[in-house]
Amino acid sequence: MTFRFKGTRPSRRQFLAGAATAGAGAVTAATAKAAGDPLITEPLYWAQGLGEGVDATPYGLPIEYESDVVRRNVEWLTADTISSINFTPIHALDGTITPQGCAFERHHSGAIDLPKEDYRLMINGLVDTPLVFTYGDLERFPRENHVYFCECAANSGMEWAGAQLNGAQFTHGMIHNMEYTGVPLRTLLEEAGYQTAGKWVYVEGADASSNGRSIPMEKALDDVLVAFKANGEALRMEHGYPVRLVVPGWEGNMWVKWLRRIEVSDAPVESREETSKYTDTLANGISRKWTWEMDAKSVITSPSPQSPILHGPGPLVITGLAWSGRGAIKRVDVSKDGGKTWETARLAKPGERMALSRFYLDTQWDGEEMLLQSRAMDETGYVQPTKTQLRDVRGLNSIYHNNGIQTWWVKSDGKAENVEVS
Amino acid sequence: MSKFHSITFASSIVALTLCGPLQAEKFGLGRAALPDEIAAWDLDVHPDGTGLPEGSGDVLTGEEVFAENCAWCHGDFAEGVDNWPKLAGGMGTLDHEDPLKTVGSYWPYLSTTWDYINRSMPFGNAQSLTPDEVYGIVAYILYSNDLVDEDFVLSRENLTQVEMPNANGFIIDDRKTTEAHFVTDPCMQDCKDKVEITMRARVLDVTPDTTE
Ligand code: HEC
Repeated sequence: MTFRFKGTRPSRRQFLAGAATAGAGAVTAATAKAAGDPLITEPLYWAQGLGEGVDATPYGLPIEYESDVVRRNVEWLTADTISSINFTPIHALDGTITPQGCAFERHHSGAIDLPKEDYRLMINGLVDTPLVFTYGDLERFPRENHVYFCECAANSGMEWAGAQLNGAQFTHGMIHNMEYTGVPLRTLLEEAGYQTAGKWVYVEGADASSNGRSIPMEKALDDVLVAFKANGEALRMEHGYPVRLVVPGWEGNMWVKWLRRIEVSDAPVESREETSKYTDTLANGISRKWTWEMDAKSVITSPSPQSPILHGPGPLVITGLAWSGRGAIKRVDVSKDGGKTWETARLAKPGERMALSRFYLDTQWDGEEMLLQSRAMDETGYVQPTKTQLRDVRGLNSIYHNNGIQTWWVKSDGKAENVEVS
Repeated sequence: MSKFHSITFASSIVALTLCGPLQAEKFGLGRAALPDEIAAWDLDVHPDGTGLPEGSGDVLTGEEVFAENCAWCHGDFAEGVDNWPKLAGGMGTLDHEDPLKTVGSYWPYLSTTWDYINRSMPFGNAQSLTPDEVYGIVAYILYSNDLVDEDFVLSRENLTQVEMPNANGFIIDDRKTTEAHFVTDPCMQDCKDKVEITMRARVLDVTPDTTE
């Protein structure tokens, strides 16, 4: 038995056009129309007919009106989309948890299709017993749940030499924040019996890029997670299904996807990803290596170039995200005048370690131009620097770890643009 | 399921009280990895040469293999094609605006080049090269960077002796000291006299189809 609404569903445009005619033709109206908003005074298809039944979409997707809230890439950044990056639509999200379906992707040789049954995880090197685990084995160890942000070290990297891309999604969207379920790496290392000579672990993925990074044993034993669920469900293919590493507060490249091997060793491998890439060249040509921690950072997600102010003067919610790889966010300040004066924003809830914080400044807009900035402060007392302060130390060629204060120039028509200020 | 592992499991309980923190409670999950399995996956090569297999290759052989497998992305002379990575050149540019970072100008260890090519290249057909081919290709990339002569032969024996130009170009993360001034009490009022826009976004239409 099926009940279905059989009538044609008018488009929103047709409906509003019809309403406008009805309004203008009030003089000739044979049928009296009630005064007021037709969305209220007229019977509407959703209030008369029937909606979709259950199971119409066994796994739900966002409604069509939200179809612009998607990941996007910037074609000219990379040679192809296989070794490439796209960006989370942070300008359109709220709260702190990033839905998996729009969380940014970064692959070095494409997202691979690795069935759970074919998954193997090896621990070898300086251990008493080199071991192989199946996916099922991992599910039998005690698990933990934690919310952490994952930020690509190259987030905002295009902006080192100056304002480039016009939108928070593109300047700051190489970040996502999820609740992970997994087994502490420590548990697996203990199971294999890691030896005291083991000062490092090398973690490696199963994809053709063999992305691998060396992590100091201290971190490996501290809070690193071998994760298989995110936001309550299996990881998505593009985020490393069935198992990825979670390295709280540290650069995204270390969060190895399709994790296949953990090798305990006495020295770092100095792999391509920790020498050629993910090293930060200073003005004098010397490069920093092992810059694992993500510095405290924040960005206003709305208003912003992709999320202009669509209303006039009066109440305005300014909102954004703040995070730190060194701990919890303590405070976020917002400036409307390019950094002359600051007011402290409201954190939606107390900051959590290595997780995104949402901030709000509930304010009144006078309709004048604004130079909007946000400035994060973490529990270590580190204050997000200006881009000038950063460049004074690091020069222009670092590519990675750009955590400078972002400025949006909001004009009196509510539109916003990515700018830099003195 | 391995007997070996369960023996370790049993003996570790005995060891538990004896040697402290490294011996935690075990679950007896997983099985022992077999030597052939470890050999198949444990391919990484360290700067001291640990992990390098036997073999050797000369520049000219390397050039042939490179021409066939690599040049259409990385260029005949490893100079790069279009947006694909350049593997040669850029010497002396690291302190310039837009430095050119290549195996020759930037990479501190030659082991990394061997390791990366062996495990990850060619793009789309990784792990298809023999050790000798990889030695030859690496020799050719060195040659393309003017670091060796054309009669050079690279082998397991001499790989760690090749000196890379930027070997001393790296320091360990020093943010704690050089950026200690970012730990501060931030200014709230009258933080600067005037504010001017110094630069606007270069790419305004980056969003493909902004919906209204
Ligand atoms: C289809 C194009 C293509 C082919 C063919 C190819 N590569 Fe690559 N190569 C790439 C891409 C793309 C990357 C960057 C991958 C990434 O993002 O991790 C790369 C990266 C590299 C790098 C590291 C560059 C750096 O600066 O970090 C080296 C070295 C390299 N390739 C060597 C080779 C060799 C040797 C061959 C032949 C055996 C080869 N490549 C074949 C596309 C190609």
